[in-house]
Amino acid sequence: MEKSMNIAVKENSMSNKVQRVFEPRWTERIGITLSNPGTLLVLPVIFIAVFLGYPLLNIFIQSIYNGHLTSEYYVRFFSEGLYIRVLLLTLKIGAIVTLTCLVLGYPVAYTMTFASKRAKGLILIAILIPFWTSLLVRTYAWMVLLQTQGVVNQMLLKLGIIHEPIKMIYNTTGVVIGMTHVLLPYMILCLYSVMQGIDKNLLSAGSNLGARPFQVFSRVFLPLSFPGIMSGSMLVFIMGIGYFITPSLLGGQKDSMISQLIQIQVGDLLNWGFASAISFVLLAVTLLLLMLSRRFLRLDKLW
Amino acid sequence: MFARILTIFIIIFLILPVFIVIPISFSSAQYLTFPPPGFSLQWYESFFSDSEWVEAAIKSIQVGLLTTILSLVLGIMTSIGLVKGNFPGKQLLQNIFLMPLVVPTIIIAIAVYSFQSKTGLVGTTFGLVTAHTIMATPFVIVTVLASLKGMDPNLEYAAMSLGANPFLTFMKVTLNVIKPAIASSALFAFVTSFDEIVVTLFISGVSVTTLPKKMWDGVRTQVDPTIAAVSSIMIILIVVILISSQIYGEVRDNKMAKKLEETAG
Repeated sequence: MEKSMNIAVKENSMSNKVQRVFEPRWTERIGITLSNPGTLLVLPVIFIAVFLGYPLLNIFIQSIYNGHLTSEYYVRFFSEGLYIRVLLLTLKIGAIVTLTCLVLGYPVAYTMTFASKRAKGLILIAILIPFWTSLLVRTYAWMVLLQTQGVVNQMLLKLGIIHEPIKMIYNTTGVVIGMTHVLLPYMILCLYSVMQGIDKNLLSAGSNLGARPFQVFSRVFLPLSFPGIMSGSMLVFIMGIGYFITPSLLGGQKDSMISQLIQIQVGDLLNWGFASAISFVLLAVTLLLLMLSRRFLRLDKLW
Repeated sequence: MFARILTIFIIIFLILPVFIVIPISFSSAQYLTFPPPGFSLQWYESFFSDSEWVEAAIKSIQVGLLTTILSLVLGIMTSIGLVKGNFPGKQLLQNIFLMPLVVPTIIIAIAVYSFQSKTGLVGTTFGLVTAHTIMATPFVIVTVLASLKGMDPNLEYAAMSLGANPFLTFMKVTLNVIKPAIASSALFAFVTSFDEIVVTLFISGVSVTTLPKKMWDGVRTQVDPTIAAVSSIMIILIVVILISSQIYGEVRDNKMAKKLEETAG
């Protein structure tokens, strides 16, 4: 009985082999799918293509096609002083925020690198709380703090440090403070991930060879942390120039960044072609920076 | 030493704004003032008794959960495909999948808005979920990819040599190994959706409101302390999640250390 079943199985598997040559059965097709995991990508690729790729292609076409092929939208962007100023202001704010984040983030990452495990955990929580807190909540908090009647002004007035409220919101200062607060955790995490990997024996070697503590820092530690400085700065700058919410809520009329320009063109003026063209200028700047920083910034290593 | 003192100040700069919202949410004043003149729950009452706020919160949770499921499925499939698959252009494909992490959100927003207004998806839950999934999936991919790359491939070979087919191997072995990564990426995905505002502003239409959109409207018109109440609830939730995951991590590490000691001793 058992033997005959064995034979039956064998025969069956032989006929399977024969069949495979001609036409795989659907159960085998699944088997083939699973044995070639690359096919798992089909569904995600379709999803991205339909819900992101096609829409992007669509607005790209809108930016160059207006009944006929045209470059009018791009020409308009680069020929009118107003738009160039917005682009330059965006890059300027991005640069200021990057520098502020670097100056503030470096000592924190440095302290974390040499802190005890417990202190490290505490600092990490302190960085992650704002990181995970809703962007709107944080922006709201800054509005509460920085207003003319806000917490900071009230405190400073009570302490007699100032005699009339300082204007810290609805201007560039507000935008820089708000964006620094949002982007600082990214900078710290980038710096820390590099600093953590620095071989501490090199520092001892430096001081054994007679370097003073500051020299050990400036000649050994600082150069070794350079990849972190680059990746953090690039990341903060790239993210910063695309910001929309923070400048909209904390900036003034004159501090419009490029994202706000796009929003106004679409939302208020229904000027799709021009908005699409500005978007692709911004996208081009972003992609260019990503290519330039490829050596330091790997997308899959960020989080 | 100098760096340490500086660190303390910078940490205060990072956390203080987040927590200043909490005392304000309990203020008895009718307007924003600090320190609050007295204690009151009026802003929490105005949140929970306002059907618009409550509906917005429910919508956000609903969209968040659906986004989490969809982006987990897509993200896990993508990660396995990228790690195990063998085909040219893998690195390029991976970068394309991760693009939404760095491409300015406003660009994705107007592209998706243009697409959805043509296909009638504006103001639908489906539209919101697909748009949020685009933003959330890269976080899942990054987390799961790292975990898969760190996995010992011998575990899977062992399972397969013991007779498990690829599907069973995935369910019984791979899935177990990447479980922590899946958990944290689920949290990432949910928060990404729950917090998403830029794309939502464009595609939510007039009838659908999420929590961030309601907050956006509120912040723009007046600095309403109801927002402080909503914010405080969100902050406390985040703090509880973060601290409990830290404690969980410590407990787990200690257990592992003990086990190692026992086996070594």
